[in-house]
Amino acid sequence: MKIAVCVKQVPEGNSRIDPETKRLDRSGEGALNAFDANAVEEALRLKDATGEGEVVLVSMGPPKAQDALRKALAMGADRAVLVTDEAAAGSDLVATSYTLAKALEREGADVILFGQQAGDSDGAVLWAAVADRLRLPVVSQAAEITQADGKLTVKRQTEFGYDVIEAPLPAVVAVSDAINEPRYPSLKGIMGAKSKAQATLSLSDLGVEGDRAGEQGSRTEVYGLNDPPARSESKKIEDNGNAAQAILDFLAEKRLV
Amino acid sequence: MSTLVFLEHHGHELLKGSLGVLSKAAAFADADVAGVVIGSKVRALADQAGKFGAPKLYVADDARLEAPLPQPRVDVLAQLVRDKGIDTVLFGNSVLAADVAAGLAARLDAGLNWDLADLVQQDGKLVGKRPALQDSVYVDVGWKSEPRIALFRSGSFDPVAAGGSAQVEDVAVALEDFSTSARMVDQAHEESEGPSIEDAPVIVAGGRGLGGPENFTLVEELAKALGGAVGATRAVVDAGWYPYSTQVGQTGKTVSPKLYIACGISGAIQHKVGMQSSGVIVAINKDTNAPIFEFSDLGVVGDVHEVVPRLTELVRARKAS
Ligand SMILES: Cc1cc2nc3c(=O)[nH]c(=O)nc-3n(C[C@H](O)[C@H](O)[C@H](O)COP(=O)(O)OP(=O)(O)OC[C@H]3O[C@@H](n4cnc5c(N)ncnc54)[C@H](O)[C@@H]3O)c2cc1C
Ligand SMILES: Cc1cc2nc3c(=O)[nH]c(=O)nc-3n(C[C@H](O)[C@H](O)[C@H](O)COP(=O)(O)OP(=O)(O)OC[C@H]3O[C@@H](n4cnc5c(N)ncnc54)[C@H](O)[C@@H]3O)c2cc1C
Repeated sequence: MKIAVCVKQVPEGNSRIDPETKRLDRSGEGALNAFDANAVEEALRLKDATGEGEVVLVSMGPPKAQDALRKALAMGADRAVLVTDEAAAGSDLVATSYTLAKALEREGADVILFGQQAGDSDGAVLWAAVADRLRLPVVSQAAEITQADGKLTVKRQTEFGYDVIEAPLPAVVAVSDAINEPRYPSLKGIMGAKSKAQATLSLSDLGVEGDRAGEQGSRTEVYGLNDPPARSESKKIEDNGNAAQAILDFLAEKRLV
Repeated sequence: MSTLVFLEHHGHELLKGSLGVLSKAAAFADADVAGVVIGSKVRALADQAGKFGAPKLYVADDARLEAPLPQPRVDVLAQLVRDKGIDTVLFGNSVLAADVAAGLAARLDAGLNWDLADLVQQDGKLVGKRPALQDSVYVDVGWKSEPRIALFRSGSFDPVAAGGSAQVEDVAVALEDFSTSARMVDQAHEESEGPSIEDAPVIVAGGRGLGGPENFTLVEELAKALGGAVGATRAVVDAGWYPYSTQVGQTGKTVSPKLYIACGISGAIQHKVGMQSSGVIVAINKDTNAPIFEFSDLGVVGDVHEVVPRLTELVRARKAS
C-alpha cells in the first residue's frame, strides 16, 4: 500500500505575525507540525499492517522545511517531496490546496493522510479542499482507522458522538491527535534519514500556473492587525512546593471553597 | 449582498450555531439572506429557519443526503451558488461545516476565512474579525473576490427569534460519483451514558498531561472534595481514557461553572470555546508557554501529579475544620 502523508513545517515555539508583511513570521527555527507526527505514525502502521508499500511525505514550504521532513523520515517514512518556490509564499487555502493536489496527483497514493491541524493557523480544513481537487472521498477527525478489502473504516468524533464511516481507496483521511502515540525516532532512524531521498519541486515542475499560487492565487487577504480585547487580571506562579496552598488561598479569596 | 447561510441540523432541530449565524446575517443593512437545509425529510425545518430570520429557504431533500457527510453537500452548494449568483456563504463551525466550507472553497476557487468571531461592513467592504495565534492578535481579514466563504467560531452569535416565516424553494440535487463514495456505517447518536456535567458548579478537567487513564483518580478526588464534576479533553476521550459525555469543547459540552480547574490541558482553541465563560479558571500545566495560561485567572506552572493531590488534601482539611 502506498501512503502519502501531508506534513507542514511550523515555527518553533510561540508564533507572531510580522506587522509589515502581515504574514506569519517564519524566520526562526522550524519544527515539524506536532499534529503531523500522528499522521506519519498512522501511515507507518498502515504500511506495516499490509506488509508492503511506501510512505511518502509531501509538503509545501520554505527550503528549511527539509529539517522538519528529515524528522518525519527519521520516524520511518521512506522518502520526501518538498514543493518549494518563492512564488508560493503567502498561499491561502485555495492556493495551497491547488498546489498540494498537483504534487499528490504525481504520487497516486492509495491513502493520503493529514494531521489534525496546523499549529500555526489552526485551520483544520486543508484535507477537504485537497480531496475535492483530487475528486477523492474524505474523512476527517479519525480516531481509529482499519483497512480491509480495498477500503478504510474510520471511527471519528463529531458534536454528537462517534460516527463510523467507510471509504473505498484511494481515500483522504485526516487523523485526530489521539489516534496513536507517535514513535520517537531511534538513533538508527536518525542516521538512516540522512540517506533517504528528499526531492524538491518548483511550481513549474508541477505545472502550477503563476496566478494559481502564492498571493496571486489566493482569494483571502489580511487588512490589519489589532490588539486582542483586554483581559481581566491574571496571575501565574511557579510551583516551588507551595502552589497547592496558593491555589487554596486564591479559591478562598474568591469564596469558591 | 446576496448571502446564503448553511443551516445544519441534527434530528429535527437546526443547530444553535447555524441559527446564530443566520440571525447575524439577517441583521445586515442590505441583507438579501437565504438559508439552505440539506438532508433527507428536512422540509419541516422551514418553520424554525423562518423564525430565526430566513425570509427564504432553499431545501435540498434527497435520501442520498441523509447521512451528515460533507462531499454531497459541496455538490449541492456549488450548484446553488452558481445558479443564484450568491456572493457570500456563511457557516457556523462544526466538524461537518468545516469540511463542507473547505470543499466548497476548492470547488469554486473561493476564499475561505475561518475561525471568525465577527463580520462587519467597513468602508463598503466585508471585514472578518479573526482572533489568531492563541487569540494573541485580532486580525482583520477579507476576500479578494466573490463568492466569499466565512466559517465562524462556535458560539460567536446568539440566535434571535425574530418570528418570520421562510418561503421555501426546492433545489435540484445532482451528485458527483466521488462525493457519494464514502458511506456512513454507523452514525453518532446522542450518548446518554455517563454523568452530566453541564449544571455542575465546579468542574475539574483532566487532559493528556495526566499521563494515563489511571491518573484520572487525581481529578476525580479533587472534584469530589470541591463538590464538582469531572471534565475531559477530546485527546483523552478519543484515546478511551474517559467517557465522551464528560468532554468539554467544540465537539463536547459547553460549560460555564463558577470554577474550572484545568489539569494537564494545553488549552487548544477547540477546548477553549467550551469553557471560556467559566467564572474563574485555574490551570495547572508544566509548560510555562501552554496556551491555557493565556485565559486563566490563576496559572500554576507545575506537575499535576504533585499539585493536584496536595490541593485535594488541603481542600479536605479546610472543609473538615
Ligand atoms: C494565523 C494564520 C491564519 C490563517 N488563516 C487563514 C484563513 O482564514 N484562510 C486561508 O485560506 N488561509 C489562512 N492561513 C493560511 C494557511 O496556513 C494556508 O491556507 C494553509 O496552507 C492551509 O492550511 P492550514 O495551514 O490551515 O492547515 P490545516 O488545515 O490546519 O492543516 C491540516 C493538515 O494539513 C497538512 N498541511 C497543512 N499545510 C501543509 C503544507 N504546507 N504542506 C503539506 N501539508 C500541509 C498537515 O497534515 C496538517 O496537519 C492562515 C495562516 C496563519 C498563519
Ligand atoms: C474539529 C475539532 C474539534 C475538536 N473538539 C475538541 C473538544 O471538543 N474538546 C477538546 O478538548 N479538544 C477538541 N479538539 C482537540 C484539540 O485541538 C486538542 O487536540 C485537545 O484539546 C488537546 O487535549 P489536551 O490538552 O488533553 O492534550 P495536549 O494538547 O497534548 O496537552 C497536554 C498538556 O499537558 C501538559 N502536561 C504534560 N505533562 C504534565 C504534567 N505532568 N503536569 C502538568 N502538565 C502536564 C503539557 O504541557 C500540555 O500542555 C478538537 C479538534 C478539532 C480539529
